[in-house]
Amino acid sequence: MTAESAESESAEPVGGTEPAEAAESAERAEHSKSAESAERAEPTEPASPSKVVHGPRRPGIPALEARGLVKHFPMHSGIGRGQVVHAVEDISMVLPAGTVTAVVGESGSGKSTLARLLTGLIKPTGGQVLLDGEPVGTGARARRKYTSSVHLVLQDPFSSLNSVHTVRYHLERPLKLHTKLGRAERAERMRQLLERVSLTPAQDYLDKYPHELSGGQRQRVAIARGLAVGPRVLLADEPVSMLDVSIRLGVLNLLDDLRSGENLATMYVTHDIASARYLADCIVVMYAGQVVESGPATQITDNPAHPYTQLLLSAAPDPARAETPVLRGRGAPPSLVNPPAGCRFHPRCPFAMKVCAVRSPEPRPVGEDHVSACWLHASELDDDQREPLSATATGPAIGTATAATVAAQAESADGATDAN
Amino acid sequence: MADPVLEVRGLCVDYGLGAEAVRAVTDADLVLRRGEVLGIAGESGSGKSTLAYALTRLLRAPGVITGGDVVFHSRSAETGEVTEVDLLAADGHQLRRYRWSEIAVVFQSAMHALNPVARVENQLTDVLRVHRPEMSAEQRRARAVEMLRMVGINADRLRSYPHELSGGMRQRVMIAMALILQPQIVIMDEPTTALDVVTQREILEELMALRDKLGFAVIFITHDLSLLIELADSIAIMYAGRIVERARAAELFHAPRHPYSLGLLSSFPSLHGERVRMEGIPGSPPSLAAMPDGCKFHPRCPYAMDRCRTQEPPLTRLTDDGGVGGEGGDRVTACWLHDGRQDPPEPLGRAFPLLASPPAPRPGDLSRSTS
Ligand SMILES: Nc1ncnc2c1ncn2[C@@H]1O[C@H](COP(=O)(O)OP(=O)(O)OP(=O)(O)O)[C@@H](O)[C@H]1O
Ligand SMILES: Nc1ncnc2c1ncn2[C@@H]1O[C@H](COP(=O)(O)OP(=O)(O)O)[C@@H](O)[C@H]1O
Ligand code: SF4
Ligand code: SF4
Ligand SMILES: [Mg+2]
Ligand SMILES: [Mg+2]
Repeated sequence: MTAESAESESAEPVGGTEPAEAAESAERAEHSKSAESAERAEPTEPASPSKVVHGPRRPGIPALEARGLVKHFPMHSGIGRGQVVHAVEDISMVLPAGTVTAVVGESGSGKSTLARLLTGLIKPTGGQVLLDGEPVGTGARARRKYTSSVHLVLQDPFSSLNSVHTVRYHLERPLKLHTKLGRAERAERMRQLLERVSLTPAQDYLDKYPHELSGGQRQRVAIARGLAVGPRVLLADEPVSMLDVSIRLGVLNLLDDLRSGENLATMYVTHDIASARYLADCIVVMYAGQVVESGPATQITDNPAHPYTQLLLSAAPDPARAETPVLRGRGAPPSLVNPPAGCRFHPRCPFAMKVCAVRSPEPRPVGEDHVSACWLHASELDDDQREPLSATATGPAIGTATAATVAAQAESADGATDAN
Repeated sequence: MADPVLEVRGLCVDYGLGAEAVRAVTDADLVLRRGEVLGIAGESGSGKSTLAYALTRLLRAPGVITGGDVVFHSRSAETGEVTEVDLLAADGHQLRRYRWSEIAVVFQSAMHALNPVARVENQLTDVLRVHRPEMSAEQRRARAVEMLRMVGINADRLRSYPHELSGGMRQRVMIAMALILQPQIVIMDEPTTALDVVTQREILEELMALRDKLGFAVIFITHDLSLLIELADSIAIMYAGRIVERARAAELFHAPRHPYSLGLLSSFPSLHGERVRMEGIPGSPPSLAAMPDGCKFHPRCPYAMDRCRTQEPPLTRLTDDGGVGGEGGDRVTACWLHDGRQDPPEPLGRAFPLLASPPAPRPGDLSRSTS
């Protein structure tokens, strides 16, 4: 986590992930890559499960692990019919007990898809999820064990609770389904749960309906319901972004308490990088379906290595900033139907080089437990590969995804209700 | 200091009539200066939107303005002559004349404000058709294209419908529509809250560049105080329908005077320094129907004293605050801690570092953008 070790390591990229091919042109390099790395310029082809695993390093078996997760959504209607949305591409990460991992990125970067893959709500196109080191079975019992161990908290505190049912119903139902507790024991457990999320005294809340609660209180009930069956893993998808400022911090602090108090493995999905820094042990930065950088939270915000992370940080509100920030990499993320070849960030990247447009960069260590997938960290490139891609780097300021693909993706996403 | 373009004095707004009425805005005082960005921040329900709609007379029933004055100092683009307009007394005809052409509003939800069946280009030319009937169709189109270009929308998007645009582009169209008649004041209610940080930053950059070029003043409403501190020249903090503190943005950040401002500031995790547990503001705001006595913040205030529970503190000028406050200054707060009977606690009594000298020029500062 120390800055010194990061600096000394980032100067000397760790070799071995790329064959040395300094004399090759970028074009030929694409074809001469070692067989071990199956990555191609062809963007629709999923890459081989990469060796890099993101998430906090802890000894022992992580509560939840994703290995080479891929999700391609087929498009059933609209202009992109027959094509796929490359929502998540080859992500390996661990969520150890007693840690919080923040996943940050612009909207459409695949954060929610990753969270839904981890809950088992949607099936991966490739890769697998391991609970306590074991692949998740397909039988009903295995499913039930999984759903009682892994809980998802959604962004919208209105939609996550059923408006026709009381708080009591929401808490009691999972206890009935997943435990053998008797009535009195259930009542006691419900009281404890509400206390756990600071809704006290419990009897004031048990018979309330969601509309009688504030946004923060609803989110607490949603979390309490998640805790009812003693989960090991909490997946929180933008749990505070729809809450008012003063309530947000309370929910973040609750997640912080649960990390130590319940030894939960938490994934905190957010677009607010300052809150990720506040809460998380590790930050994972996603761009266009891929992880571009990950590492210890303060390391990522204080010494961001990837140009995209640097862009996110320069755009984030920061009252301590003395001068107006200079944004490097304007515009919006690309369409995921036809993601850009090479580094997916290259159409926006102010540092893009020739090689970036044709070959996708592998994540490389740039500090202790800190990796970044960017050709700038590579020492093996030749002068031609390093040639600036100025034409594309200064491309159109906005609208990298065309109106047609935006509309088509929105349509496709609307049509897919498997999420809920 | 630039001349005021809008002055609000003692503005009160109720929802409902008679015994049913609740007061959503109480005695609001504001001065917006030419070319300035005035931020309004506060928790949800604190009355930010109500205040903005009241002073533009866009308030819908059951909202009623029950007191106060709103004076618009309208400056003629041709002669430079300034006319005082009493907006609360203005009739429908006068309001139509000023609204949009002199005072434009960007609403909290852009999706609802755009016409879903009109192409981007027509949204803009329609405004011109109504307000600038003397322009030819050709001129209207040219102006629309020019305006969209200024907010960063390419000509190839002119024929798109709103639903074909990303949220960021829709917001840009809204801003273009607000600016197309070259108003003197633009009121923006959470214009970028739903957007990604990069898009938000780009739009704000464009807005600031346009402000420097065209010289309009902005009232910018948001709950995101950390953004506002970067963006605004001065900031008004609202709580329970009242303005509880007004200060220059940097003063508010480095030396807040009201416990609620301090609480809001400490609700936003920082991007720098040690990670420390923050507690923010305990509890939640009162409902309009059950306002506490005395200072409306006292049930949540860590510094509350006896008199806070019974007497409401008036909004007062902080005269001992040196150069920036003092006579003619805008630095005011409503809190008994600053009535001189005790020393305020350290976090609320910090000297502002730039006190001795005039505030250092900030990007887009008043002095550069006004005549
Ligand atoms: N039509 C209405 N009828 C009754 N009360 C209303 C009405 N509209 C708003 N209010 C009340 O007036 C108060 C101020 O609302 P307002 O919308 O101005 O808040 P705001 O500060 O803009 O909040 P937000 O940050 O959520 O936009 C709130 O208590 C709200 O419930
Ligand atoms: N069910 C779906 N069908 C088709 N595309 C989808 C579906 N769900 C998500 N996507 C697409 O996958 C991409 C990633 O989306 P998402 O995971 O929601 O991102 P984030 O949570 O980071 O905003 C987007 O392009 C989105 O439109
Ligand atoms: S790999 Fe190239 S395009 Fe991608 S972030 Fe690095 S420099 Fe930019
Ligand atoms: S007047 Fe009293 S209760 Fe109100 S903010 Fe000041 S110290 Fe707190
Ligand atoms: Mg999402
Ligand atoms: Mg509002």
